[in-house]
Amino acid sequence: MAEAAPERRAEVVLDATEVRSPDGRTILHPITLTLTEHRIGIIGPNGSGKSTLARLVNGLVEPSSGRVLVDGVDVARRGAAVRRRVGFCFTDPAAQVVMPTCVEDVELSLRKRIKDRVRRREAALQILERFGLGDRAEVSVHVLSGGQRQLLALAGVLATDPDLVIADEPTTLLDLRNTRLVADTLFSLDQQLILLTHDLELARRCERVLLVEDGRIAFDGPAEAAVAQYEATV
Amino acid sequence: MSLPARATWAVRLPVGAKVLTLLALSITTVALRGVPAAVTLTVLTLALALVARVPGRMLLRTLRGVVLFAVVVAALQWWWTGPERAIESLLDLTTLALLGVLLTATTPVGDMLEAFVRWAGPLRHLGIDPERVGLVISMAIQSIPATITLARETRDAARSRGLAGSPRALLTPFVIRVVARAHETGAALQARGIGD
Repeated sequence: MAEAAPERRAEVVLDATEVRSPDGRTILHPITLTLTEHRIGIIGPNGSGKSTLARLVNGLVEPSSGRVLVDGVDVARRGAAVRRRVGFCFTDPAAQVVMPTCVEDVELSLRKRIKDRVRRREAALQILERFGLGDRAEVSVHVLSGGQRQLLALAGVLATDPDLVIADEPTTLLDLRNTRLVADTLFSLDQQLILLTHDLELARRCERVLLVEDGRIAFDGPAEAAVAQYEATV
Repeated sequence: MSLPARATWAVRLPVGAKVLTLLALSITTVALRGVPAAVTLTVLTLALALVARVPGRMLLRTLRGVVLFAVVVAALQWWWTGPERAIESLLDLTTLALLGVLLTATTPVGDMLEAFVRWAGPLRHLGIDPERVGLVISMAIQSIPATITLARETRDAARSRGLAGSPRALLTPFVIRVVARAHETGAALQARGIGD
């Protein structure tokens, strides 16, 4: 995939960030790292702390100690400001698509930025067009295929115009064709991408891959080496 | 829930005017006694639905849902108070259902949402965000089909384990999944910066 010319990115800094559960169990041991690459992959077994790590970056999870900064802005202090710059795409689109029709769902994301209804609809239709859903605008979200629904969820996230997109296993529920479609769409974005995935083919397309195991970063480096180490541990 | 493709003049009417008209018609339906009045209102509402070009399929679906219920009510009424009240309540319930579908079929959810947000404007002085009121209403509507899907999945799961008759095997996972879905949806909304 050819990357689009003007790359957008943010600098994500974790500074001795630690997450403990309310009952005192450690979910993430203190992590210090800086993420600036355009395509970052996060791999690792179920329950290793990948999702927690990703949710720290947009404030859905708050650190028990340490700090998370996005371009120098503290996520714990100014979560709303950070979330305007960081889009988040979940595994199950059913939970994040909240309006009855496709165009209405995208409009929901545009509500804050575009007050005029006619212009908002135009913008929403343009975004749907970009994601190959132009002809599905007035269609109920319940009749979309799994792949289309995930693309719609992504369209809803991109409509908020973020600089960074975090995708938490966005292809786990999809078949091969839809996995390729969603992945190609993600990798064609101008936005910086942090991709959590069990699909090692997708991880290989990233510049830098973190391997998370037992709440720790077990490896941090080039994709090929990260995948090799992960496969060696299974 | 999606809007019929053949949008008409009825769709372009202001939401407030439609809601008030339907409110007035509903109150009239309930307030006026007697079979002739009930017949007149049912015919009037049906005529309105046809003029507004509400798709026949949608009308039938609504009628099928309400008529079953209305017939049971009417049968009881017949037994208690006689045929006149029975026919009246059957027609009244049908009229009310038709009025409901008339509004939903001619009003995109987005328009409805805007109207609620506008009407909730004065609540701002009480510290309530009108935008959030509108969002809550629209999400309540949207959560119905999703919840039905969850119920069906839970029932199928229970059935495939041979637990179809056990209320606990049905209800416990269903409630947990609905609450879990609500949490996920909340996280997704927060991630989209909605409600910040």
